[in-house]
Amino acid sequence: MRHIISILLENEPGALSRVVGLFAQRGYNIETLTVAPTEDKTLSRLTMTTTGDDRKIEQITKQLNKLIEVVKLVDLSEGPHIERELMLIKVKAVGAQRAEIKRTADIFRGQIVDVSASVYTIQLTGTSDKLEAFIEAIGAGCVLETVRTGVSGISRGEKILSL
Amino acid sequence: MELLSGGEMLVRALHESGVEYIYGYPGGSLLHVYDALYKQSAVKHVLVRHEQAAAHMADGYARATGKPGVVMVTSGPGATNTITGIATAYTDSIPMVVISGQVMSYLVGDDAFQETDMLGLSRPIVKHSFAVRRPEDIPEIVAKAFHIASTGRPGPVVIDIPKDMTMPNERYEYVYPKKVKLRSYTPPQRGHSGQIKKAVELLLKAKRPVIYAGGGVIIDGSSDKLRALVDRLDFPCTNTLMGLGSYPGTGERFVGMLGMHGTYEANMVMHHSDVVLAIGARFDDRVTNATSKFCPDAKIIHIDIDPSCISKTIIVDVPIVGPVGNVLDEMMALLDESNEVPDAEAIASWWKQINEWRQRHAMRYEKNDSQLMKPQEVIEAIWTATKGDAYVTSDVGQHQMFAAQYYKFDKPNRWINSGGLGTMGFGFPAAMGVKMNFPDEMVVCVTGEGSIQMNIQELSTCLQYGIPVKILCLNNGSLGMVRQWQDMNYEGRHSHSYMESLPDFIRLVEAYGHVGIRVTERDQLPQALEDTFGKYNDRLVFLDVAVDPEEHVYPMQVPQGSMRDMWLSKTERT
Repeated sequence: MRHIISILLENEPGALSRVVGLFAQRGYNIETLTVAPTEDKTLSRLTMTTTGDDRKIEQITKQLNKLIEVVKLVDLSEGPHIERELMLIKVKAVGAQRAEIKRTADIFRGQIVDVSASVYTIQLTGTSDKLEAFIEAIGAGCVLETVRTGVSGISRGEKILSL
Repeated sequence: MELLSGGEMLVRALHESGVEYIYGYPGGSLLHVYDALYKQSAVKHVLVRHEQAAAHMADGYARATGKPGVVMVTSGPGATNTITGIATAYTDSIPMVVISGQVMSYLVGDDAFQETDMLGLSRPIVKHSFAVRRPEDIPEIVAKAFHIASTGRPGPVVIDIPKDMTMPNERYEYVYPKKVKLRSYTPPQRGHSGQIKKAVELLLKAKRPVIYAGGGVIIDGSSDKLRALVDRLDFPCTNTLMGLGSYPGTGERFVGMLGMHGTYEANMVMHHSDVVLAIGARFDDRVTNATSKFCPDAKIIHIDIDPSCISKTIIVDVPIVGPVGNVLDEMMALLDESNEVPDAEAIASWWKQINEWRQRHAMRYEKNDSQLMKPQEVIEAIWTATKGDAYVTSDVGQHQMFAAQYYKFDKPNRWINSGGLGTMGFGFPAAMGVKMNFPDEMVVCVTGEGSIQMNIQELSTCLQYGIPVKILCLNNGSLGMVRQWQDMNYEGRHSHSYMESLPDFIRLVEAYGHVGIRVTERDQLPQALEDTFGKYNDRLVFLDVAVDPEEHVYPMQVPQGSMRDMWLSKTERT
């Protein structure tokens, strides 16, 4: 099963390499990874998605917790949560296709953020599934380039991840 | 306000952290620090002949004393040479602080002379590491390093110091922190009371219990508590390779080491048990054999300070995360309060069964009719000669297993070996680290002609500092454990497991200024041992003892079997 692990990490050089290194060293898989400082500049918030059975995820979280720089950790997928990923996608847009792609982007609440004679650059936000559905809808054949941020997530309701 | 240079701050902070000896080797990036060392006498430095040995010396010291060992090496090759030693300590949870020099901070990343990314290289084998970025941070980083290395599940910590952090003419205010604060590091202080209660209830109901104790008991200094619990419950106790000595090896309730080369009775007890109490042990693959067949009828209680050790390889029924000593105290208190006692009848019949298994005498070996000795009898002789009270270090291979099986350790911290990583070349420098700190104790390195050559250069260090360790080399002219596997699994094709062109060890150690005694016949051994611990007591003695190359280590678990599936000799299987 896919899990979203969210970590408060000391914002120090080398901290990220320990997290990533742990996954390589122990044969765990990282599907997406995103990291940036929080409102408290001494902390970074790191979100990663990984897959595995319960036992494997338990080991992953235990091993991550052992890293000195990991201040707090939560598996967001254990409870209700919101997840978002941002994608910038360049698609071939010529002739009749231009209108069709525009309409599809609208349906997915995407925005065209750059235009050239034959190319649209579209910005799209949502769950990973939604981003994939969009690619499918416009047809992989007209995709020139995609760039995705990886998943960011946060718990619903009162629950917060902080010091 | 006292102003010190970075180098002086480092040395002062080490002293304030309780360091007496540093094991190390100087080099360009550390010259300012070595100059600071020269100008004081509180912290003593031991100059090794190879940096790997420095790490093993610090490790041996740490295993014998429970305090962090300290290593100091220069950048580049100095740092990389410690990697094996750091990994050895990491795998066995040994506290260690490694200070590595680094090129000037403004040169980092330029492929400067003797530059390596030590933090990157050591990352998977350290508990934590620090890079010094401001000289004034040095005291705090040192204090943090010692705190992290020695608390919780101990382990090695690396401090990487660029040369320009130690400049002699740049002085800063020296403040050694009274207390270390780390918001993200709080090792557990006690176990969960509810879980401990559950464990005690399970133990009291057990009919075929066993206590399986590992190195965590020794690291926590809780051997006395283990003994009290075992004796009070009258349960059998087995030790892992790392746990030997936590329960007395000559104790009546001790069934021996368990696992791949464990005793017949220990492995049988484990397999047939209904309750296993695992204490500071990690269900290593050399213990469990096939995990799917491990202890099929047992409920398992597991005490460990590291949550990631729990249910890693074997799913346990009652996990208890906490320091061994504290949990054992609580268990004893609950036993005191409880009106229940173990089922005496069931325990008596369990002991009857265990004693029947003991009758099989699976540890027997046949002495040769000729004068060529078996390795087992040499270990038994050294046990007698040292009255079972020596610090024994070992290298890795058959001699290590024979020492573990035949030297009965009655005290903790006496058996010092690379259990997890299996590092050849560990034993000799580890023995040196022990001897320097326990000059009045007998310290014996049990080794083989293969392992000893991996750090034999330290004979020179021993002469310089007068470190009279005793080296017992079980010389069978081949890499015994590799050869054994080749005999058993590769139809006797001894691919590169023999040692051609062995040096004359006697002349070699004499060249280094020490005493060498060659023993080729059984009759020579008593005199050799007498001389070793008698007239040569204050000298380093190298005993080169010829042993039977055909001998195998038994029992040996059958691969992919359960714990009870063992070879007991070349022809006998359970």
